[in-house]
Amino acid sequence: MTRLSAKTRATPTAYLFLTPFIVVFAISVVVPLGYALWISFFRKQMIGGTVFVGFGNYLRALGDTLLHDAVLRVVVFLLLQVPIMLGVAMFVALAIDSGRLAGSRIVRIGLFLPYAVPAVVAALMWGYIFGGQFGLAGQLFGSLGMPTPDFLGPNLMLMSVGNVVTWSFVGYNMLIFYAALRSIPTDIYEAAAIDGANEWHKAWFIKLPALRPALVLALIFSVIGSLQLFNEPSILGQLRPSVVTTSWTPNLYAYNLSFTGGQINYAAAVAMLLGGFTVVVAYVVQLGAMKRGRLL
Amino acid sequence: MLTIILWMLLAYFMLPLCWLAVNATKSNVDLFGTFGLAFAPNFALFDNIAQLFAFQGGIYLRWFANTILYAVVGAGGAALVAAMGGYALAKFDFHGRKAVLAIVLGATAVPGTALAVPTYMLFTQWGLINTELAVIIPALVSPFGLFLMLVYAQDAVPDSMIEAARIDGAGEARIFWTIALPLMAPGFVTVLLFQLVATWNNYFLPLIVLNQSDKFPLTVGLSLWNKLANAGGVNLAQPLYPLVITGSLLAVLPLLVAFVFLQKYWQSGIAAGGVKE
Repeated sequence: MTRLSAKTRATPTAYLFLTPFIVVFAISVVVPLGYALWISFFRKQMIGGTVFVGFGNYLRALGDTLLHDAVLRVVVFLLLQVPIMLGVAMFVALAIDSGRLAGSRIVRIGLFLPYAVPAVVAALMWGYIFGGQFGLAGQLFGSLGMPTPDFLGPNLMLMSVGNVVTWSFVGYNMLIFYAALRSIPTDIYEAAAIDGANEWHKAWFIKLPALRPALVLALIFSVIGSLQLFNEPSILGQLRPSVVTTSWTPNLYAYNLSFTGGQINYAAAVAMLLGGFTVVVAYVVQLGAMKRGRLL
Repeated sequence: MLTIILWMLLAYFMLPLCWLAVNATKSNVDLFGTFGLAFAPNFALFDNIAQLFAFQGGIYLRWFANTILYAVVGAGGAALVAAMGGYALAKFDFHGRKAVLAIVLGATAVPGTALAVPTYMLFTQWGLINTELAVIIPALVSPFGLFLMLVYAQDAVPDSMIEAARIDGAGEARIFWTIALPLMAPGFVTVLLFQLVATWNNYFLPLIVLNQSDKFPLTVGLSLWNKLANAGGVNLAQPLYPLVITGSLLAVLPLLVAFVFLQKYWQSGIAAGGVKE
């Protein structure tokens, strides 16, 4: 019991050590969140000033077709981009872990480096590559005598945004998967080899199940990231403003509502709804992953 | 076969960076007139850099200095704040410990961008808008950092060592600085590095809380120039595309170099964070 008493004695110290985190966390997260909730119940009117409208802003948001389209767009994005990104990341992690790859160190670092590139610069580079004026893509297609697809046009813009996001985050996810694979004890492989397992057996019955926790984590972070899409479309949209409208993603919508539309109360309600939706989706993903008890 | 597939993948990942490096060496005319992955006969990199540093009274250098300030103070502060908090959560039993963990964990699921509008309004009321603090304070929060430091403190700092130090009469602050923090160094460096990337690359927050260009970090500044180049590029006295491209190259180099040289740190840090559930 001496250990417990030592800990109890130091309780004020614990609070002191925790205080800086609590303070910055409160200023940057808790207070703004509470404030957003508060102002989302009000509406600024031409006559009568700011009035309490209860769930009025939320009801308006639920019936807002611009918001519906934006949410639908990021959900489509999520369903297409996240599986591709995590699939490639997992494939690369398994390939590097198999030890059958020449120059695996260079591949590992090379694929990770885009993570260190700001989203702004990543979108700028790909935008210039895809763009019409001095675009590399156009030059390549032109040299083959083919017409260049309009990568930044209304049909392919979502795909181009997905390309930038995939480019940025495959390496990061790959490293998380790779780290999970490295933590598998080697005697499991030896036991499997004695039982006559080949490389495919090992990958299917040992490696993939071991990747599950890392995969769930990566999935949740990717879902949160997709629903918050802002940087990439806003930069690519500078190249083609007619395609990326002010309500192209929910986040762009909330941003434009408050900073160019002056509808701060409504924007707060949209942001709260989006936050709630994200939490629910992330929770469902986690629940689904745990329930199945197997690889997704 | 596997090797070929992965090297093709690597080429795809290196393509934009190679394109950036090649095109930063081109004049505006060559940018439009030559093949994107080949060097032009006229090597204009140093011209571009000179113009970049001179344009609009050298504001690019200002943006660079701002970025360094935000990243260094933000990341350094975040790592320290997370280390202290993580240590407290790992090594002390106190009322509210579980509540703190639950709230911080729950808040990570809330989209950071949902906080933008209220943060802007509150910071306006508090007089923080368009100050360095408006960018730095939110950068000090790293829930991921807090959990990583909690894990590190649990694993790397033995209880018996803390107790021995207490018996010898060392104060709690001294125990943290001279015993716990050095033992937690690998986790600390990892949090520092990842928060450095997050702050260096941050775009959304500074876009919202800053409105004067002399406070901008590189990301917001470059985006501003890109917007100008696309909107009224032909009417500008100076062609902006070479400046955006050269400016982007210089903006990504420090972190790319840091990541190549500090590999063993971030790789072990991801290993610690990656296998946890």
